[in-house]
Amino acid sequence: MSENSIQARIRANPKFAEMVGKRTRFAIILSLVVLVPYYTFMMITAFNPGILAQPISEGNIITLGWPIGVVLVVGSWLTTGIYISRANGEFDSLNEQILRESHK
Amino acid sequence: MKRSLIALLAGVLVAFAAVAAPGAIDGVQKQPINVSAIAMFMVFVLATLGITYWASARTKSTSDFYTAGGGITGFQNGLAIAGDYMSAATLLGLTSLVYAKGFDGFIYTISFFVGWPIILFLMAERLRNLGKFTFADIASYRLDQNRIRTFAAFGSLTVVCFYLIVQMVGAGQLIQLLFGLEYTYAVICVGLLMMVYVTFGGMVATTWVQIIKACLLLGGGTLLMILAFAKFGFSFDAMFNQAVAAHKAGIKIMAPGSLMADPVSAVSLSLALLFGTAGLPHIMMRFFTVPNAKEARKSVFYATGFIGFFFLVVIILGISAIVIVGQDPQFFEGGIVGGKLIGGGNMPVMHLAKSVGGDVFLGFLSAVAFATILAVVSGLALAGASAIAHDLYARVIKKNLATSAQEMKVTKIASVGIGIVAILLGLLFKDQNIAFLVALTFGVAASVNFPVLILSMYWKGLTTRGALWGGVAGLISAVGLVILSPAVWVKVLGNAQAIFPYDHPAIISMTTAFVVTWLMSVTDKSARAAKEADAFEEQYIRAQTGLGAAAASAH
Repeated sequence: MSENSIQARIRANPKFAEMVGKRTRFAIILSLVVLVPYYTFMMITAFNPGILAQPISEGNIITLGWPIGVVLVVGSWLTTGIYISRANGEFDSLNEQILRESHK
Repeated sequence: MKRSLIALLAGVLVAFAAVAAPGAIDGVQKQPINVSAIAMFMVFVLATLGITYWASARTKSTSDFYTAGGGITGFQNGLAIAGDYMSAATLLGLTSLVYAKGFDGFIYTISFFVGWPIILFLMAERLRNLGKFTFADIASYRLDQNRIRTFAAFGSLTVVCFYLIVQMVGAGQLIQLLFGLEYTYAVICVGLLMMVYVTFGGMVATTWVQIIKACLLLGGGTLLMILAFAKFGFSFDAMFNQAVAAHKAGIKIMAPGSLMADPVSAVSLSLALLFGTAGLPHIMMRFFTVPNAKEARKSVFYATGFIGFFFLVVIILGISAIVIVGQDPQFFEGGIVGGKLIGGGNMPVMHLAKSVGGDVFLGFLSAVAFATILAVVSGLALAGASAIAHDLYARVIKKNLATSAQEMKVTKIASVGIGIVAILLGLLFKDQNIAFLVALTFGVAASVNFPVLILSMYWKGLTTRGALWGGVAGLISAVGLVILSPAVWVKVLGNAQAIFPYDHPAIISMTTAFVVTWLMSVTDKSARAAKEADAFEEQYIRAQTGLGAAAASAH
């Protein structure tokens, strides 16, 4: 069987559109989950640093900026975990089905 | 082959022993020879040379050389990516930035980090599914093999050379300082060891050097953090309170300061760090060492975890150094607290190690820093050798007709060649102000490599003409703007005022690259352009499903 007909079958398989659509949407959403808070944080440091300079509680020396920064780092890492748990599970099993069905 | 390896290993050891011997230095150095550091480093060198010897028996095919046969697991690759990404600049530079600027250093650290999730979401699986050995494989997948591959290979080599200069000069200065070896010998040592690892052990040896180094760096950094943090009874309150009291900027270290005062400059910096990371050839290459997209994704998860953890460790090291190092006269020239730090501004973490762990711990951390540099330059040299041997020689010059043996021979010649070039560049740039080279490395990676890579994967309309014009526009604008920036125009060339006010060109040069690529692609009505658009379908299905992707070679 030629590569071309396998390709055509993959394309015709509705599961392919489903997998690509879901995975692409998921990747875009998670990218935004990382980038929007990060650039918001960067814009606050540039335009209104006073917000981050507030203490986390009355009289405490630690400012809001520190825990927010830690949340950005830890949160970004957690999003990678969320992505691979779904990509390596749900999406990959869909992918295997698609490849199997195209070789029949 | 085996005999020459043993001879070379022996040569390196003799050379190292010779320069480590006090007689060879002739009192040129102010720093005393650090015996415990050298001893610990020698253990690392012997262990890695042993691994190289083992790896050389497993490096027979080109696939072994470029990608370790695709047989590295996600976890191993995650450690190796972390080892590739965390250079000595991470350990020394980021801690000193936090030490000097407090919260601003934290902002910089975060910007160095957030590119990783984006690489996972947008690139990891497509990189693995489409690429075989180099990122040029992907850029030229459906475009003109000769021109795009040549261009991508030169893009890789440019970034590799700039980054090698940064690492070699850093290595020379650091080793001079920590080990008491002269700069020239230090640079030659690093260059020779890198040549041995890469030439004989290829990707297998390079990967294990990076894994060991990542473990040493993570372990050493964590131990140092625990020792330092214990001085504050593991209390953040106590640590920050004392740091504010000790720092000359006082409470200002707790909030954003001058680093991000200019939003355009902040955005430009973040673009360069974010997308430059995704355009570093030695990092992209690591995605081809795993067997499939699943493992590629896992490796980013692990790498991101290790890097993020280490960056948070670095923050605590920087803040505690403000208190522990910043108030201790023994670490300042002439014993004047608040004056010049002994060894320069990059040294807080080393002084911290000495203060909380004594000479032995300082020696250990020095050895880790040296190992770190070696691992990073080896990754760079391998990426450069692949661009020369796989892209330029096998694909462009020999039109894919070279035998595996011929290509292997070229990989070795290229590795040795890059080693020699690295040593020469390291010597040439001695005592130069090279801060601009970091901006240049990330600027070129973000404006030349990244646009062609991401567009070739995502945009059907990309044509050869568009990719070439866009790449050239990105290269010229990135290099041109760095020359006109304060780092070169003022600090190197001595002019009073910079023509381009920002240190990082990415905001302009990346935009230029994307706009020119788009414009020259959509106006390309040639028959070839139409064929390239048609070929996108096949590439798209392979990118999404891994159908036909390069598999791990069986051993």
